[in-house]
Amino acid sequence: MNAPWYKYGLFNDEISLVVAVLIGIGFGFFLERAGFGSGRKLAAQFYFTDMTVLKVMFTAIVTAMVGLYYLSVIGYVDLSLVYINPTYLLPQIVGGLILGVGFVVGGYCPGTSCVSAATGRYDGWVYLLGFVAGILFFGELFPLVEKFYVTTDMGKVTLPQLLNLPYGLMVFLVCAMAIGAFAAAEWGEKKMAAKNQGEIK
Amino acid sequence: MSSSQTSDPFTPKPYWNPYLSGIGLGLVLLAAFVIMGRGLGASGAFSSAVAFVVEKIAPSHAHSNSFYAEYLGDGSTNPLKDWLVFEVIGVFIGGFISGKLAHRVVRSVEKGPRISTRKRLFFAFVGGGLMAIGAKLARGCTSGQALTGGALLNFGSWAFMMSVFAGGYAMAYLVRRQWT
Repeated sequence: MNAPWYKYGLFNDEISLVVAVLIGIGFGFFLERAGFGSGRKLAAQFYFTDMTVLKVMFTAIVTAMVGLYYLSVIGYVDLSLVYINPTYLLPQIVGGLILGVGFVVGGYCPGTSCVSAATGRYDGWVYLLGFVAGILFFGELFPLVEKFYVTTDMGKVTLPQLLNLPYGLMVFLVCAMAIGAFAAAEWGEKKMAAKNQGEIK
Repeated sequence: MSSSQTSDPFTPKPYWNPYLSGIGLGLVLLAAFVIMGRGLGASGAFSSAVAFVVEKIAPSHAHSNSFYAEYLGDGSTNPLKDWLVFEVIGVFIGGFISGKLAHRVVRSVEKGPRISTRKRLFFAFVGGGLMAIGAKLARGCTSGQALTGGALLNFGSWAFMMSVFAGGYAMAYLVRRQWT
């Protein structure tokens, strides 16, 4: 076991902030490469005309998931030291629905709005203003939602634990699902392109 | 194909293949797991910033609110000296570098042809506000929950991710004039 490096004390908090900037640069770089600085491209996901969001997101999830799995199998990474958010099922479902609505209305998610703003999009900056205002709104009204915020506390629970499946099998199932989703996305894009072309004629 | 009205002498380069960008993004996430033992994020950085400002204006108000208090910590360190705050600064830099290299840094507004700029900016503000409420309720956004939690097979993150797509698709028809 040698990783996560930070948890094994390979460097201090000050260095971790330098790492944060470097990781962030990589994150922002690839988001922009994918076209996620453009609200139109992101929103197209919800009209089935451009499924880039789904393709990029699931490719990234599969890459990191498979990489981490193999690094833990060979004993390099201690998975138990990788931080995992606890599950609060109901607030997460309701929050996800609101966030999904906000996504198609605003055109961005918080991370992609930073890339959009950095590449000169005014709507990206305005989105960020709205985002900050929303946090303030949530913060001020927090005492009212505090009870709901902590309901359905399930602790730290992963899909393999919940379904009682071996971790490796779950990794395989997610890969299979992703490949199915990619095939459906490619098929759907062609269908939509053909349909839109028909409408123009 | 690009729709941007360019003020740049160069034409914007095409975006990368989505699977290639996805692998790049996945490797950055994997690097965060291996180096730091944590994933990526975005919304948390803005919460730290808001908590910081509220505390400056009304210290006792901020500390009596458990939402702000979580981001303020015990007061021994500056809440802005936070991993996610620095990571998000990096996101701005990385996005700008990539955009600049591909001639995609353009002063413009992203919108469909059927909506005015003013309306689009109004929607951007409202969408950002809704997104903040959703992200705070769910304890994370598309980066911290969907991407990071997705790769860690976190149950709550997968439930969240499915809800995001459900919410987006349910709303899409109502705001179609903004994008199509």
